[in-house]
Amino acid sequence: MIRFEYVTKIYMRGARPALEDVDVTLERGDFAFLVGASGSGKSTFLKLVLREERPTSGHIHVAGRDLGRLASWRVPTLRREIGAVFQDFRLLPNKTVYENVAFALQVIGKGKRQIENTVPETLDLVGLGGKEKRMPHELSGGEQQRVAIARAFVNHPPILLCDEPTGNLDPATSVGIMRLLDRINRTGTTVLMATHDENIVDQMRKRVIELRDGRVVRDQVQGVYGLETV
Amino acid sequence: MRLTFIASEVWQGLRRNISMALAVVIVTFVSLGFLGSAALLQMQVANLKSNWLSKVEVSVFLCPEASNRANCASGPVTTAQQDAIQQVLTTGAVGDLVKQPIYYESKEEAYDYLVAHDKDGYFSQSLTADDMQPVLRVKLKDPEQFQVVADATQNLEGVDVVVDQRDIFKTLFLVLNRATLIAAVLAAVMLLAAVMLITTTIRLSALSRRRETTIMRMVGSSKTMIQLPFMLEGAIAATLGAVLSIVGLWLTVHYLVEDWLASQFKTVDYISASDVLSVAPLMVLIAVGLSAIASLVTLGKYTSA
Repeated sequence: MIRFEYVTKIYMRGARPALEDVDVTLERGDFAFLVGASGSGKSTFLKLVLREERPTSGHIHVAGRDLGRLASWRVPTLRREIGAVFQDFRLLPNKTVYENVAFALQVIGKGKRQIENTVPETLDLVGLGGKEKRMPHELSGGEQQRVAIARAFVNHPPILLCDEPTGNLDPATSVGIMRLLDRINRTGTTVLMATHDENIVDQMRKRVIELRDGRVVRDQVQGVYGLETV
Repeated sequence: MRLTFIASEVWQGLRRNISMALAVVIVTFVSLGFLGSAALLQMQVANLKSNWLSKVEVSVFLCPEASNRANCASGPVTTAQQDAIQQVLTTGAVGDLVKQPIYYESKEEAYDYLVAHDKDGYFSQSLTADDMQPVLRVKLKDPEQFQVVADATQNLEGVDVVVDQRDIFKTLFLVLNRATLIAAVLAAVMLLAAVMLITTTIRLSALSRRRETTIMRMVGSSKTMIQLPFMLEGAIAATLGAVLSIVGLWLTVHYLVEDWLASQFKTVDYISASDVLSVAPLMVLIAVGLSAIASLVTLGKYTSA
């Protein structure tokens, strides 16, 4: 589903590589944590998957596409295969919960009927049934992140990228979000989550890919945050 | 769905940036107003040219009683000299340029004309027919060919001086052409300002909706879907400006030229309000073109992947 073949990314000529010789494969339905300190290359990894950045060398395949050969006008079709969730939720403050989720379908040209069917269904899935008409500022942080997840998942993409989705949430709320991501993963969606949250990684016992200074220093099937390498 | 979505985005954008949108409307209004004025002025000049130049004559003044020009050394023009001059004007290459017949105005006729038009009687009392000079009034098929006729006749014995009536209009046309030039230069400056203002407006609009465009890119919205609302905002504001300037020009021509000027100076054919409508499509096209240029310059930078 996501394959990095010896990928190196150097932002500025002469600078230290943000990613170096990364060779990682995620299969369909995988759930993996991407861990590492700030500046270890997690964000660069996610940007390369979304083709916001292009690798300096190496090949990247996402959802059956060779990103090196993907014309820039085809990039939107790639992104429809990837849902993205961020630490800061990125909701539209002047739209209701329903409108925020529907927006993702409107802007890729989906029909009215499909939107009316899918949005309530997805809001039920993330546990926000009945809160369609709330504005984002009326919701708790956890609920806002659920809206963001609903928006990322409403088009049922095969891949869900999460960049520190629990970074702004308290531990109890974070557990709820993780349960939700786990549920989404069980529908066959590949989930890749970049995080700093030790507790969550340790609890989930999922695959852990650890980056340090742009290199993969650990790729463990049922890992914990940092125990083995200390 | 798509259309209503884009329409609502455009509407929100215009409402959010209402003062900038109005500024775009005003600047395009003024700049296209100048441009339209320049075009209409040139149309008027063309009208005047076709109107007047076909009426103007070349006057070949023949030697009077007393003239100190070399051609007139032998005294007043003789019948033989006059025949020779007429011969030149009616035959050969020059004859082809001249509308026949040539009108001969004698001293007496010239004096009668003077008396008829001299209401105070000042000149007609102090002058006699002998003070006048006979003239050959020559009309040209092509008024621009004056110089050929002048060259062929002005050195002939018995010719005092050759005058082109077009000279009277030269100053007028010069003024009108300069006015056109000034309007065109002002139009160019204002159009530049319009492009820059539209660019700024689109940029502001794109920046103020960065959150939306970021999400749109994230979820795989196409470039067209992301950029079209901004393009349309600029185009709508610019087109509105163009429409205003068309209305303004139409009112000006209708009330100022057709109603007032035409009743004051009746001898001339004026441009009409329908001439404004003939330049209108061009003005709208320019407005849309301007906003398209502004979009191209701006949008790549602010909404691209």
